[in-house]
Amino acid sequence: MTILLQLFAAFIQVGLFSVGGGYAAIPLIQNQIVDHYGLMTLEEFTDLITIAEMTPGPISINSATFVGTRLAGIPGAVLCTLGCVLPSFIICLALAFFYYKYRSFGGVQTVLAALRPAVVALIASAGISILLLALFAGEGAAVSLSNLHLIELALFAGGLFLLRKYKTNAISIIFGSGVVGTAAYFALGLV
Amino acid sequence: MKNERTKLQTLWMLFKATFMLSAFTFGGGFVIVSLMKKKFVEELKWLDEEEMLDITAIAQSSPGPIPINASVILGYRMCGVIGSVVAILGTALPPMIIISTISYFYTQFRTNTVIAVALQVMRAGVAAVIFDVVINLAKNVLKTRRALYIGLMSAAFVAAVVLDISAMTIVLVCLFVGIADMLLQTKREKTAQKEEA
Repeated sequence: MTILLQLFAAFIQVGLFSVGGGYAAIPLIQNQIVDHYGLMTLEEFTDLITIAEMTPGPISINSATFVGTRLAGIPGAVLCTLGCVLPSFIICLALAFFYYKYRSFGGVQTVLAALRPAVVALIASAGISILLLALFAGEGAAVSLSNLHLIELALFAGGLFLLRKYKTNAISIIFGSGVVGTAAYFALGLV
Repeated sequence: MKNERTKLQTLWMLFKATFMLSAFTFGGGFVIVSLMKKKFVEELKWLDEEEMLDITAIAQSSPGPIPINASVILGYRMCGVIGSVVAILGTALPPMIIISTISYFYTQFRTNTVIAVALQVMRAGVAAVIFDVVINLAKNVLKTRRALYIGLMSAAFVAAVVLDISAMTIVLVCLFVGIADMLLQTKREKTAQKEEA
């Protein structure tokens, strides 16, 4: 019982203090889970980050589930995730309420209009980092022509063409690139 | 009675959509935001584009994971508090199912070559989706023909990609620019009114 409460408390703090999402949350999780509560070793934590990077979903939800499952089974996973999500739920619900109440006011519109171009730029920046990761795979790999992955380049170009020209569904593109790309890797004997 | 059913249908669609998006989101908060834009703005037409960008800015600036934050606001918009709960459930369940399964045999998972290759090549597809969304969004910013917005977009892009400045800082700076713009506009309107009088 105490471990469940500790887990819950630890992940409420992770949810509450990880502003900016994703990688910003990693040191915070490490601080709570490894250093403060001693619920995991540093080695287990490193494994966790590797897996969290490989699987879909937000990193803090991934780690909440991983830590919870390993320490207290499914109830642990549920409780950790709940802790992690609770601050978001309360804060964003309040913000959503105010946003929908005041967003039609002229002044609020002007302020929000200045934020939108920045958000477009931020999405573009996320797109570029993931494209670089796809084309030049592996952290630390140099961005050079000799390192360029042609299969990924073809998948990217083909995917973008299908999306622009035929408005193909996004999930089909992601899933399709997984199937076609893996087949290509094996057919060309690259693995 | 008919209203009840449509609300249930909306909740079910909300759950299905957030579940599918979350299951295919590799690589952080802004990826799921691109997918949400495609699904909820372009496909289902539940929201307009500006609203989706506002939701993204709010989700980015609040504590907690961006996909969860965006789901809370999106769910609230569609069906109130119950909508938020359903959207969180849809977003949180796929990673929970995947990770709790993997946590039992994670060494095998980590060293499997097929999985490693599939995950690597899928990034190319994810990048294509984000670029598609960005092209549409950037076009609309250019269409405003307002130097301030085009300038903010370019500056934010350089700040994020070249200077590696955090998203939080960029959003905050633009927030101040927006407030300044609003104050200037109100001032201009007031002087215009005075002149008329």
